[in-house]
Amino acid sequence: MQELLKSFLGDNALVYIIMGVPPLIFILLYALVTLYMEMKVSAHIQDRVAYMRTGWHGVLQPFADILKLIQKEDIIPAQADKLLFTLAPYLVFTGTYAGFAAIPFSEGYIGSNINLGVFYIVAASSIVVAGLLMSGWASNNKWSLLGAMRSAAQIVSYEIPSALAILVAVMITGSLNLNDVSKFQEGGLFNWVVFGGPLPLLQKLAIIPFTATAFFILLTAGIAEANRTPFDLPEAESELVQGFNTEYSGMKFAIFYVAEYANMFLVSAVAVCLFLGGWQSPFGSALSGPIWGVFWIVIKGMAFVFFQIWLRWTLPRLRVDQLMYVSWKVMTPMLFVCVFAVGLILVL
Amino acid sequence: MDLATVIFYVFVLITLGSAAVVVVSRNIVRAAFALLFTLFGVAAMYAFLMADFLAVTQLLVYVGGILVLLIFGVMLTNRQISVDIKTGTVQTWLAALIVAALGGTLAGIVWSTQWNILSQPPAETAGAPKIGEMFLGSYLLPFEIASAVLLVALIGAALIARRERTS
Repeated sequence: MQELLKSFLGDNALVYIIMGVPPLIFILLYALVTLYMEMKVSAHIQDRVAYMRTGWHGVLQPFADILKLIQKEDIIPAQADKLLFTLAPYLVFTGTYAGFAAIPFSEGYIGSNINLGVFYIVAASSIVVAGLLMSGWASNNKWSLLGAMRSAAQIVSYEIPSALAILVAVMITGSLNLNDVSKFQEGGLFNWVVFGGPLPLLQKLAIIPFTATAFFILLTAGIAEANRTPFDLPEAESELVQGFNTEYSGMKFAIFYVAEYANMFLVSAVAVCLFLGGWQSPFGSALSGPIWGVFWIVIKGMAFVFFQIWLRWTLPRLRVDQLMYVSWKVMTPMLFVCVFAVGLILVL
Repeated sequence: MDLATVIFYVFVLITLGSAAVVVVSRNIVRAAFALLFTLFGVAAMYAFLMADFLAVTQLLVYVGGILVLLIFGVMLTNRQISVDIKTGTVQTWLAALIVAALGGTLAGIVWSTQWNILSQPPAETAGAPKIGEMFLGSYLLPFEIASAVLLVALIGAALIARRERTS
């Protein structure tokens, strides 16, 4: 797609700006769908039916919610730091949106085809941490501050297991560019990295336990980085009201909300690209191609977004000490074993 | 002036403007948050120099690591002990003299150096693979020494943080 645009517009910066638009449109549409999905899935898990009156089975409800959020008064607390308070939601969204630049939505579309891909996504998420801290401090509210600090501590801690799990996949594929990683997993379901990639059978059988462990840990760490239950301590309603976004209302709150949803898809998409073939069809060459690629990556990503919603309404919240225990004393050592074992198997 | 040049100057403006806020701001937390934009702007400068690995590492290490720690420290000390830390101005003339001397030296270096300007940007960046090969090849010993020093620092920090609990 980049080459096509370059042939029309010439090689200039405008091409890169246009390349950045599709993920933004995708995030907004996806947020609408997920808003509806979250309410419906949570309701059915709890034996309710959720929205039924706004349109067929309540499909118009997300639009009604957005209209409500646009109309709401934009309240900034009198004692808040107004500049930082206003800046924080944009910073959080920017950090998440920046990550989408390195996600290949199909063989022909990747926002920025840099060699560093997934490393860049890990780095971009650090802007989110700074944005959350900014929102918590600027609100001038103890709940917000505590929520922001929990959130930052959590994201920084879980970056380590997720980076190590990414390393396991990168060692097998030999590239950080998620488009190259997806290309590497060509040839159907059993060539995906979670099943050892296109290695000889014996190596494959030896490597599967470690890649599967890394995949599940990456997914779990991803849920923690998106601040979702069972890792939603930063916004634990029973103790912190709403955490770092307690004081936010109207569109600023909506931006936090969209950023959280976008982050859910981002972590799912990274896990899908690294371990589940990205835009590759599970049936080998059948049903593959640039358009089908978009379908496959979105469907795989949405499956894990559904999984995250499912977990949210099923599991209770962890305690702070349990949260840190899981990250540092369970996931990190397990992944060191995985990295070592995968390296050994690849060398042998 | 093409769009890329405009974007470059926007980043220059962000870097210098936020750096000025870091120095001038009397509110220490605002200064810490302004540093975020300075470090981000420097990462953008690296990206314009085609040093993409350096740019991303700058973001990861300085913004994700050092800055978050700094903000944590400032936030915890600023409000919790209910003493507003204000940055004051002392020794204005001496500081101005040193700044002028340093600025003059740097400007002199920039003017007098023969910069090796390429007529075209390089086809591809050196990137992570070459840097990795260098680290595990010809520069293995410095790399290992640096990681040993970092490990010692890490264990030391953990020991200092835990001391109160054991006694």
